[in-house]
Amino acid sequence: MTVLKTEGLTKHFGGLVAVSDFNVEIEKGELVGLIGPNGSGKTTIFNLITGLYKPTEGEIVFDGRNISGWRPDRITGLGIARTFQNIRLFTELSVLDNVRVGYHLRLDSSPFVAAVGLPTYRREEAEITEKSMQLLDIVELDDVAQEKAGGLPYGQQRKLEIARALATQPQLLLLDEPAAGMNPEEIRGLMDFIHRIMHMFELTVFLVEHHMRMIMGICPRILVLDHGVTIAHGTPVEIQNDPKVIEAYLGVEEEEDADY
Amino acid sequence: MTCLVVFFLFLWWAEGNLDPYMRRILNLIAINVIWAVTFNLIYGYTGQFSLGHAGFIAIGAYSAALLTMPLAQKVQNFFLVPLISPLNAIELPFLPSLVIAAVMAGLVGVLVGIPSLQLRGDYMALVTLGFAEVIRVIGMNLQSVTNGSLGLKGIPGYTNLLWSWGCAAVTIFIVWTLGSSSYGRAFKAIREDEVAAETTGVSLFYHKLMAFTVAALLTGLGGALLANLISTIDPNLFTFMLSYQVVTVTVLGGVGSLTGSVVASAIYVSLFELLRPIDQPIVIGSLTIPGRPGMRMVMFSVVFLLVILFYRRGLMGSTEFSWQWLASKLRFGRSIGRQET
Amino acid sequence: MSLDMFLQHLANGISLGALYALIAMGYTMVYGILRLINFAHGDLFMISAYMAFYGVALFTLPWYVSFALAIVLAAVLGMMVERVAYRPLRDAPRISALISAIGVSLLLENVAIVVFGGRPKAFPRPSLFAYEWKFGEIRVLSLTLFIILISVGILLAVFYLVYRTKTGRAMRAVSRDFGIASLMGININQVVSLTFAIGSALAAAGAIMWGMKFPQLLPLMGVVPGLKCFIAAVVGGIGSIPGAMLGGFLLGVGEIMIVAFFPTLAGYKYAFAYLALILILLVKPRGLLGHVAEEKA
Repeated sequence: MTVLKTEGLTKHFGGLVAVSDFNVEIEKGELVGLIGPNGSGKTTIFNLITGLYKPTEGEIVFDGRNISGWRPDRITGLGIARTFQNIRLFTELSVLDNVRVGYHLRLDSSPFVAAVGLPTYRREEAEITEKSMQLLDIVELDDVAQEKAGGLPYGQQRKLEIARALATQPQLLLLDEPAAGMNPEEIRGLMDFIHRIMHMFELTVFLVEHHMRMIMGICPRILVLDHGVTIAHGTPVEIQNDPKVIEAYLGVEEEEDADY
Repeated sequence: MTCLVVFFLFLWWAEGNLDPYMRRILNLIAINVIWAVTFNLIYGYTGQFSLGHAGFIAIGAYSAALLTMPLAQKVQNFFLVPLISPLNAIELPFLPSLVIAAVMAGLVGVLVGIPSLQLRGDYMALVTLGFAEVIRVIGMNLQSVTNGSLGLKGIPGYTNLLWSWGCAAVTIFIVWTLGSSSYGRAFKAIREDEVAAETTGVSLFYHKLMAFTVAALLTGLGGALLANLISTIDPNLFTFMLSYQVVTVTVLGGVGSLTGSVVASAIYVSLFELLRPIDQPIVIGSLTIPGRPGMRMVMFSVVFLLVILFYRRGLMGSTEFSWQWLASKLRFGRSIGRQET
Repeated sequence: MSLDMFLQHLANGISLGALYALIAMGYTMVYGILRLINFAHGDLFMISAYMAFYGVALFTLPWYVSFALAIVLAAVLGMMVERVAYRPLRDAPRISALISAIGVSLLLENVAIVVFGGRPKAFPRPSLFAYEWKFGEIRVLSLTLFIILISVGILLAVFYLVYRTKTGRAMRAVSRDFGIASLMGININQVVSLTFAIGSALAAAGAIMWGMKFPQLLPLMGVVPGLKCFIAAVVGGIGSIPGAMLGGFLLGVGEIMIVAFFPTLAGYKYAFAYLALILILLVKPRGLLGHVAEEKA
């Protein structure tokens, strides 16, 4: 069953065409990759899907509903969560609080109940704390739950961001360059982790990555973007041998290989 | 808990035994606590800079004044243009008046918040300031409701230490509990990173408006207490200076710290009164230091600037008082001593 | 309303608008460079008026010397304020600088209350500006026309500076992008200081003409015009110099005309500026001449 579908998705910034006619259909349980040189529009597509940008043209359909132009928090409420390329944590809040914010949108208690501290609210709060600790346990951050998020090392901050996204109970998870700054061993760990959570939470994942090896290794289906235009779409093998892709990445691929 | 009981017993004693001057200071401190705590809710927790406090204070004060003033007094006050009905026929006891005044301020808070909260930091500051000024101008002109620039005299002095500190306690309780709840985390998330908060499912506008309205309501409550304390109000009490005063107190205490707000309010109000002599000439022996009215404010402005420039975190930073905090401060002091030897 | 009355009001409106435009320009230039609402701008306006006053009243300088001196001193004071209260907070969150601006404003106002006293002072109005011309039913002070001429002259001069000189180009570069401008070898501190100097000088010029038009000097006289002029700058498009001019004129003319046509609303005159602000921020937040820039997440 189709979880996400975009049709003719286009975004202009004044005179600049950031994304042009982007079309994708993602089925439940799939792990789809999106790659492209820097500035090709990958993050813009994520921003469009999550509602941070309004599409200039085109449609975004999630779970059968047209969400084009919806507010980001409503889209998250519907079941799409994301992480950011530059990690956007609530740095002054604790690790635990960062995750607990993710559960806020499903809160039943009204502000009046919360402001007075009635038992119904306190029960919900305890539930939220328990579920958040479970998530932290999964990402192995439970021992630093009370630390300030901003004080964590980079790799742990990335994991926290994913935990926070998971707290919103998404169907579709958008990961924006989750492997940035990781060494090969960490990347392997990340790949396992993604598989695990996909299985655990029945997730569909749409992944943007710059590390060619990682994307090739983990995504059965990949789209390639260049200057906002989709230039290729297929399996890793097809992509690797596509002349257009090679041209777009000319020179970059050699550098990537040098990493390993 | 026991501290609170002791504190209120003290207030009950003080109400009967301290001289009016001391009582007035303590009452003013409580009212300032309310305002600083609510400002902290909007700015310290949610990160929205509003300069509109004076407006909500005015709404609360005028509502309370018009609701509690005896009918005969109303006729006396409104000699130029009579007070409109039904206000000219209403006279309420203290508690209902407080509640209604607070609700009025809350409603105005919603009206002001809806446009203002859609704006970015500096613009929001300006627009909220503007709204507060518009409220004041309306107050100056709406002769048949507010008595214009003549103001209102003879407001019954219902405010006593138990009422004022009781309301302060309620305010602190509500802000603290809300702030520690999931909603409080949503507020702080907005303060930290609006984009990330929105993407994590926090509705920006709804939560900003929530914080703003709760704050406006409680601020109005403070205004009502003020009216029934000082007995005479006029529109010129509620200028931007008053909003600045609230900001000053909150910043001095530490943005984000409710304890800081309480402490800073106490310091500010007491110092303000204690420094009154500076406004008059001081005689030390045969030396007369000429005082000038306004020197107090100059000193405060200087202190305020020094705090913002060098000690931006204020007295408490953004932390609250706790026994651990106190212990850590003492331990720190002791270890320094050890290093000296 | 007769045509004569209308023209008289119009002349007053344009004159007032010219003053507003001068002060608004100071705001917009500072905001363009530092993204800071200089709450102290209105108080600098006030201090300049007092300095010009004391130059004549206390030091018995001829008015043209006193006025010129006041403008220079205002520029210096503006630069000092920036150096002491804003520059240290350049890397701090924007709100800190805003709070600092409020602090400076409070300080200037309270010092003025203490030093100058609360009783209004009478600003000198040299005879050059005090002629009254009569056209039919209209009486126009020579001052009114002088204000328009001088202000327009100053505005053109600023325009030339900002758009036709190398210094102006540096100022525009810094207002676009701090980091890149400094990488291009522009001395940021110098440009910022210069901006403050010019802005303060503009406020001072405005203050002097204001003092001649409304001769009552009070320590808090700068607050209302200050806020109104910032609103004018926002309405015209904050950061845009032509915008500030447009906003200032619109506000000045609008204020006079609305009271002329609806005299019963005179008490609410003050509120019009705020209502205009609220309206503009809701409908076209970038202002009439501002640019729309979408923020990239």
